[in-house]
Amino acid sequence: MDLRLLVQLGIIGLTFFMLINASAVLVLAERKIMGFIQQRYGPYLVGPWGLLQPLADIAKLLFKEELRPKGADRWLFTLAPILSVTAAFAAFAAVPWGAETTLFGLLDQPVALGVADVNVGLLVVFAITSMGVYGIVLAGWASNSKYSLFGGLRASAQMISYELSYATALAAVILLAGSLSVREVVDAQSGTWFGFLPQWYVFLQPLGFVIYVIAGVAETNRAPFDFPEAEQELVSGYNTEYSSVRFALFPQAEYINMVTMSAIATDLYLGGWHGVPLLTALGLGWLVFLGKVSLILFGYIWMRWTVPRYRYDQLMSFGWKWLFPASVVNLIATAALVLYFDA
Amino acid sequence: MPEALVFYAFAALAIGASLLVIGQRNPMYSVLLLIASFGALSGLYIQLDAPFVAVAQIIIYAGAIMVLFLFVVMLLNASREDGATWDRSHPIPSTRLGKVGALLAALLVVQLGWALSQLGGRSVPVGSRVDGERLGSVLELGRVLFTRHTFAFEATSILILVAMVGAVVLARREGEA
Repeated sequence: MDLRLLVQLGIIGLTFFMLINASAVLVLAERKIMGFIQQRYGPYLVGPWGLLQPLADIAKLLFKEELRPKGADRWLFTLAPILSVTAAFAAFAAVPWGAETTLFGLLDQPVALGVADVNVGLLVVFAITSMGVYGIVLAGWASNSKYSLFGGLRASAQMISYELSYATALAAVILLAGSLSVREVVDAQSGTWFGFLPQWYVFLQPLGFVIYVIAGVAETNRAPFDFPEAEQELVSGYNTEYSSVRFALFPQAEYINMVTMSAIATDLYLGGWHGVPLLTALGLGWLVFLGKVSLILFGYIWMRWTVPRYRYDQLMSFGWKWLFPASVVNLIATAALVLYFDA
Repeated sequence: MPEALVFYAFAALAIGASLLVIGQRNPMYSVLLLIASFGALSGLYIQLDAPFVAVAQIIIYAGAIMVLFLFVVMLLNASREDGATWDRSHPIPSTRLGKVGALLAALLVVQLGWALSQLGGRSVPVGSRVDGERLGSVLELGRVLFTRHTFAFEATSILILVAMVGAVVLARREGEA
């Protein structure tokens, strides 16, 4: 069998494995950081420093009884969590996470670190993440519960409102790089200005970056925009009626979506795997990438335990009256500047 | 040959899902089947070497418009529709509106038949691309859209604008701020 094909398959397997484990690691990180912020220990009994807590959680979830409410829609109730987690995994397929490498001279032709290199990769990621909301909406509808229904309704309204700003922020980056391929956008950020400032798009697109982060938090349904769950009002929102593995798939999808969102932010605004010349020269750029993604994820968790939840109407009016106009202005200004400097 | 197989698979999925959309009693299922149909269409676009169109189809139709549909169906809490009673002795409904509908349906069938018969002269193998290169890249697509099809493009945008203004007028009743 072709060595190159084997390596490519290995990279795909590795990406999948890392994504599955990312949710376990993030659950632990979330609980540890939450404990730290709330001046308590967090999990510490299972394993050293509570490191084996995610495994215990998984075992518990697997052995719970699976319940389905009497009036629930049989097919959609089962389909919803599967849809959620499938969309979450599939979205990462178009996200590159490292420079092309020959594995230290093992291969003649370099392979790209990432599952697939699509020439409209950015749009593919966007298309698949926008499909993820169906899992939540269907879960809310199929449960035949008022709390779940409200959670699902909120998810769909929130998605429609924030997707526009999100896409418009991305469009500005596409204009700057002149390409829809994520890998080309990353490689356009490899140099430096004045010899020390890295050419990251976050410096050219500060407003775009802020819009992307806000819309990204709303798209992944994380606090302070976690209205589909909103446990103080809706019990647990869209997943109220779920138990066991079916329930576990929802948080898993949420954590994987967080990773995708952070990885895209790293690729588009923070220079991807560029930034540390020594590591890049050694072919270890993916370590830089991993570090940046971890930092953004930490910020995500930090925000959840610091900022209180918005009110639902505040979220809608903020999305339509502030975020969307700001992103349009950002796009027009970027287009004008690109035209001016190119001409 | 594999291309033809992929084409037939996607085409069957698109047609089957579209038929089920109107055959379903449950509006929720109809919306989902419509999404499946859009997905199959997008697969056909990929086969035509137009990835941008395919992805745009998913983003705009499956990702945005159908979420809105789902929102409305859920908000109105639409229940299962009752089956229509069909009088076997009078297959064509006797009301005036029904006759107009039957006429229009017949017209559509004739039109489709005519359009398909016009294709007969060209022999294009199933699942192959004829004009793929021109629409392959985003650059070329934009160029074609803004030169050859400018009028259609602008007319469509004005149509959408009119619809939007109409929706705002309808949603905002008399005397409200």
